[in-house]
Amino acid sequence: MTRFRMLSAFLVVFMVLTATMGVGAAEALKIGVVGPRTGPVATYGLSVIHAVELAVEEVNSAGGIAGRKIELIIEDNKADAIETNNAFRKLISRDQVHAIIGAVVTANSIVGAQVAQMMKVPMITPTSTAEKVTQEGDYIFRSCLIDPVQAVIMANFAYNTLELREVAILTAQTNDYSVGLEDVFTKVFTELGGKVVAAESYSEGDQDFKAQLTKIRARKPEAVYVPGYYTEAGLIARQMRQLGMDQPILGPDGFDSPELFEIGGDAILGSYFTNHYAKETDDEIAQNFLNGYRAKYNADPDGFAALAYDAAMILFDAVGRAGDAAFSKNLAVARTAIRDAIADTKDLKAVTGTLTLDENRNPVKSAVILKVVDGGYEFVERVEP
Amino acid sequence: MAALAFLGEGEDVAPVIQEILQQLVNGISLGSIYALVALGYTMVYGIIKLINFAHGDIYMIGAFTGYFAIKIFHLPFLPALVVAMVVAACLGILIERLAYRPLRNSTRIAALITAIGVSFLIQNVALLIWQPNPRAFPDVFPFRSYDLWGVYIDNRQLLILGVSVLLMIVLHYVVHYTNIGRAMRAVALDDDAARLMGIDVDKVISFTFAIGSALAAAGGVLVGVYYNRIDPMMGTMPGLKAFVAAVLGGIGIIPGAMLGGLVMGVAEVMVVALTESTWKDAVAFAILIIILLVRPAGIMGRRVREKV
Repeated sequence: MTRFRMLSAFLVVFMVLTATMGVGAAEALKIGVVGPRTGPVATYGLSVIHAVELAVEEVNSAGGIAGRKIELIIEDNKADAIETNNAFRKLISRDQVHAIIGAVVTANSIVGAQVAQMMKVPMITPTSTAEKVTQEGDYIFRSCLIDPVQAVIMANFAYNTLELREVAILTAQTNDYSVGLEDVFTKVFTELGGKVVAAESYSEGDQDFKAQLTKIRARKPEAVYVPGYYTEAGLIARQMRQLGMDQPILGPDGFDSPELFEIGGDAILGSYFTNHYAKETDDEIAQNFLNGYRAKYNADPDGFAALAYDAAMILFDAVGRAGDAAFSKNLAVARTAIRDAIADTKDLKAVTGTLTLDENRNPVKSAVILKVVDGGYEFVERVEP
Repeated sequence: MAALAFLGEGEDVAPVIQEILQQLVNGISLGSIYALVALGYTMVYGIIKLINFAHGDIYMIGAFTGYFAIKIFHLPFLPALVVAMVVAACLGILIERLAYRPLRNSTRIAALITAIGVSFLIQNVALLIWQPNPRAFPDVFPFRSYDLWGVYIDNRQLLILGVSVLLMIVLHYVVHYTNIGRAMRAVALDDDAARLMGIDVDKVISFTFAIGSALAAAGGVLVGVYYNRIDPMMGTMPGLKAFVAAVLGGIGIIPGAMLGGLVMGVAEVMVVALTESTWKDAVAFAILIIILLVRPAGIMGRRVREKV
């Protein structure tokens, strides 16, 4: 009796498996999204998920890609490495997705990239800026600029546009992102002919920067480059003003948060930072995205949302170019066809600028410089690669 | 010798002195925060010989209470400070009753481990409720900066220093010149004898925890105002540093906590000023190890032989 039950159970499982395998591939394009919906960086994940949902909705209501609808499967990884691993494996094996957009945080994206590469599933991370992520293999892409590019752009802007010659740097020594930016900025700024007059560091979570700032003050720099996140940047700005330093602060995309204003107050005004996206542009695609996002979510999109929307655009563009191959009944063939098409992405008009993917699967596109002003950011200039 | 280390090539001496003085101001201001937290630490230890590792977390709770009092109930600065102190005092009494009292007659190490447990409990509950992302503390205290020949001092630094000196004096007075203080010292000496003399030992210990926690909360609110940023993990590092400060000054000795805090603050800032900021925390804890090796009773402590 038990043996019969076991056997029939196996049979049922087997039938269900073969059934899903048979029909899974051709009907719709299945896309997985992995990002933190809960936890410490939930706002990043929600922005990404919202933007991808918007992109899918727009394409589906316009009839899909080549008549096929897009199906979205969203997994919450809580910005946790183990959850990310599980989410990627579930999407790839059980849900049989064609491609994955995610993960959001760099450390998660590295984990996800290892799984995606092993299973040969194309993955586009919208927001992980560390170079290492796409180095995991030829199935891994991204839609954001890599860290060094931001530092190069800021060094050029500081030297050429602001005409600064002597700059100080305050780095978060415990953060790869910060240290990477510092290295490249120093190298480029020095090569241009500028001088880094003071290089100080702090640990993430520090609250008191006055000792470092007093040292910097004595070197009389024209500006202070703070490659870090908004919380420290806000505190540093305040403490600089308290020490009578009125130099502008230069920063990376980590400054992009409404909390910057709350923590930094008036002290942060007049700072400049590099970012991927500016609302204040008259580009048609960017305006459409802004209006669509506002209509659907009743909020303004941030840089994360813009990058995620672009990740979806890269994917849809590639699937369109891959044609029938992308919908092959053989899922492995479909995934490879999509990967090849993504790798050929060229001059795609996206929200964050016209982008081409280079041989390292990183986008070549413009960045923007924003100035922090009362009540928001002011668009300063777009820097072409 | 120290002055030479600040000198760059071909620099004038005046800016160097200016820089040293500014660093000294920075150090004293940082040190007065450590002192503020260390006062509560040292008092609780002085009375019941328990290192209350949850002290830093009560400091965090105080900061958050102040934050909500100002942000949601729109209280001005002083009432918010009082509310935070009262809430923390109640929390302190509650923690003592639930976690420490059942263990009063067990080993000291059991109480110590419980204190660490309480600390983790508070931290993680706070993380769960308030989320780990930092919040900006409202600007309730008008900011004024004074430029004294290039050395900048602001009113918040003076406030923190002033409050910690004031609290040190008040505490010293309470412990040494009031009835409840006499009762506290009696409990510290011998709780059984104190009980025989008609002292309500439980009440005295509850009171000690209430004061210690209120002090921590005051520190939390002031630091919130000073740095303008709070988060659920904010108590960990200052808690540890204040513990080192208390040990450095002589744990259980109230003016010692003040002295220890200031020494720690100045030492940390000078480490950053003279070397790399990477060394900052390492030096803080190196001080702890050295003081425990060389002078375990602390700077102001007397060597007391333990009864065996």
